[in-house]
Amino acid sequence: MADKPRIKLPKEAAKGEVIQIKTLVSHVMESGQRKDAQGKAIPRKIINKFACEFNGKPVFSCALEPAISANPYVQFDARVDEAGTFKFSWTDDDGTVITAEEKIALKA
Amino acid sequence: MARRYLGLAAVIAAAASAATLAVADEVERKGIAAPPGHVFKTIISGYEFRSKETRALQDDDLENPGFLAVERAADAWKKVEGSEGKSCMSCHGDAETSMKGVGAAMPKWDEKLKRPVNLEQRINICRSEQMKAEPWKFKSRELTDMTTFVRYQSHGMPVAVKTDGPMSPWFERGKQIYYTRYGQLDLACESCHERNNGKFMRADFLSQGQTNGFPTYRLRDQRLVPLHERFEGCMFDVRAEPFKPLSDEFLALELYVAWRGIGLPVETPSVRN
Repeated sequence: MADKPRIKLPKEAAKGEVIQIKTLVSHVMESGQRKDAQGKAIPRKIINKFACEFNGKPVFSCALEPAISANPYVQFDARVDEAGTFKFSWTDDDGTVITAEEKIALKA
Repeated sequence: MARRYLGLAAVIAAAASAATLAVADEVERKGIAAPPGHVFKTIISGYEFRSKETRALQDDDLENPGFLAVERAADAWKKVEGSEGKSCMSCHGDAETSMKGVGAAMPKWDEKLKRPVNLEQRINICRSEQMKAEPWKFKSRELTDMTTFVRYQSHGMPVAVKTDGPMSPWFERGKQIYYTRYGQLDLACESCHERNNGKFMRADFLSQGQTNGFPTYRLRDQRLVPLHERFEGCMFDVRAEPFKPLSDEFLALELYVAWRGIGLPVETPSVRN
């Protein structure tokens, strides 16, 4: 999917501040449990892993399961000690990875 | 054994009615005053009938999954398609200005076709006549995205359909459909959405059946649902044979139901159950 994920976090934060990060990605999250009109099972296709790194260090990651609805929304907190870049990745069952980046600066 | 089940059922019933009462007490549904001669005293958006979690999801521009469609269509707006080498933008420029208020006034009379057209039809007329591109299929993601995007440009503006002049026979037809009982359950739109709105049915509150939030992100479908698909769903639920999407019947109904919500702010993309 070519859609851009939606990410919200502050442009800048004070050193040591805990910020909230919200993410929303467009994905069908097909559970693998459903059948099509011909009665054939629709193969599973979900985002199975979400991860976030800050300046190369892991911040948050989680495994996503088939019961999660389409367009998964993930929200978490992170402490910011330095300026840098958050990198987000969503891993699909078929191996494709949706990625995004957001920069954050330290408040002067 | 049977007594035990009975006891259990009584407990569940008591808990359920207590829960319903609590919810019913808690909500005060705000609406707008209806113009004179309207069927309702107060016109209330479907938003007011939803839980506070669902409302919060709609209100947050980031969390609202309907905005994924708005963003997708914002890109499609600029995309050149068809043999004329045009995109929507080639003629209409920035949607933020050119499409402001357009969605709030649909369906609208088309002088050339001598009939009203809704937003989906208008988009496809543009595609086939101006862009010489393939029209999008109804229910396709592309068409619903674009409908949502165009309608979103009227976000917060009051629904303002015109029902007089050449539109009046369509309005009357829509009204007739609204009050006609259909299907094996023998229900009209009116049976639920006029006479019984606000009541608790099938684990949910019946709304006034307003259209100001369409296309709406339905949590049940996990995608945006266009209005005519919702009409189909309602007719299916009363075990009737639904009219076809974009048929004259549904178009007349769309016009009439839009009038029933006249003045309500456009909420597209709204979030509903």
